[in-house]
Amino acid sequence: MNTKQALYNYCLRLADNNLIAGQRLAEWCSNGPILEEDLAMTNFGLDYLGQAEFHYDYAAELEGKNRSGDELAFTRSERQYYNCLLLEQPNGDFAQSMMKMFLYSAFAKLLLQALCQSQDERLAALAAKGIKEIKYHFRHSSEWIIRFGNGTEESQQRSQFALNEIWPYTADMFDMNEVDQELISLGIAVDLNNLYAPWLLTVNEILNAANLAVIENQHMYKGGYKGNHTEHLGHMLCEMQYLQRAHPGATW
Amino acid sequence: MSTTDNQLPLWEVFIQSKSGTPHKHAGSIHASDKNMALENARDIYTRRGEGRNIWVVLSDQIAASKTEDEAEFFDPADDKVYRHPTFYKVPEGVKHM
Repeated sequence: MNTKQALYNYCLRLADNNLIAGQRLAEWCSNGPILEEDLAMTNFGLDYLGQAEFHYDYAAELEGKNRSGDELAFTRSERQYYNCLLLEQPNGDFAQSMMKMFLYSAFAKLLLQALCQSQDERLAALAAKGIKEIKYHFRHSSEWIIRFGNGTEESQQRSQFALNEIWPYTADMFDMNEVDQELISLGIAVDLNNLYAPWLLTVNEILNAANLAVIENQHMYKGGYKGNHTEHLGHMLCEMQYLQRAHPGATW
Repeated sequence: MSTTDNQLPLWEVFIQSKSGTPHKHAGSIHASDKNMALENARDIYTRRGEGRNIWVVLSDQIAASKTEDEAEFFDPADDKVYRHPTFYKVPEGVKHM
């Protein structure tokens, strides 16, 4: 795989992660547990959407086929999406959604911090811009996890259930392939192996404070960065892409 | 239908728009603790760059004057025109008086 192809694929991965995270959060619109949280979650969704847009535009330039960032977002099919599996998992209840955001933002915080040093100036600049938002998502979601774990019996059970459900998708965030190999050697991409230990440390710190425990030795699902997805992504794309597929190029 | 408020405790939000200016009441939010109150205030009242600093205070911790005390409290000030510092010239360049 040549560098340009690898960089294109890497940009799509970053963009797809953001878009899918944003789309799932948007599903909470009008369904939040309280008005304040409803606004907060949809705001976070817009944060991710904004970051997605920048990465899609960059990917479109790299591809050089005169496709726009929007076309990349709305006309690729499931197997051409490179987001990690965790983000496409259904929202479940509020505890599950916060658990997803907590586990992902702890990862994304480290990824963006490292990407600030990327040899690719544009990726570095986008990471520097995105990190402030991600830090806030991490703060917000990790505080909720601690509250859930120490709250009522029901909130404790629901958050432990959420952790059990989502944990098997966490290894996928670190699952590198030839795209990473090509770009790491050039100092463009981040070696995800180096992020695992600090991620686990942060996550365990919060889970301990929340009195929640990971079930060890579960089967871990992988393949998102290669385009091998769970059954949930197809359904998401159906809904998300319907308008552009039915009326190509529609704007308002 | 029950009209009991089953939301979280109510907090009043004060936003400082820029450093050196007073915090102004922006509105209220619901939250279970100080951290959540600050974050909810941030998410609701500073999304468009309105603030640099936030204060939150539990609404039931605020002592407010009563409407029926209005006459005693405030009417006596109505005819004390000499209390207004309108006889001074404000030097040029003074912004926050």
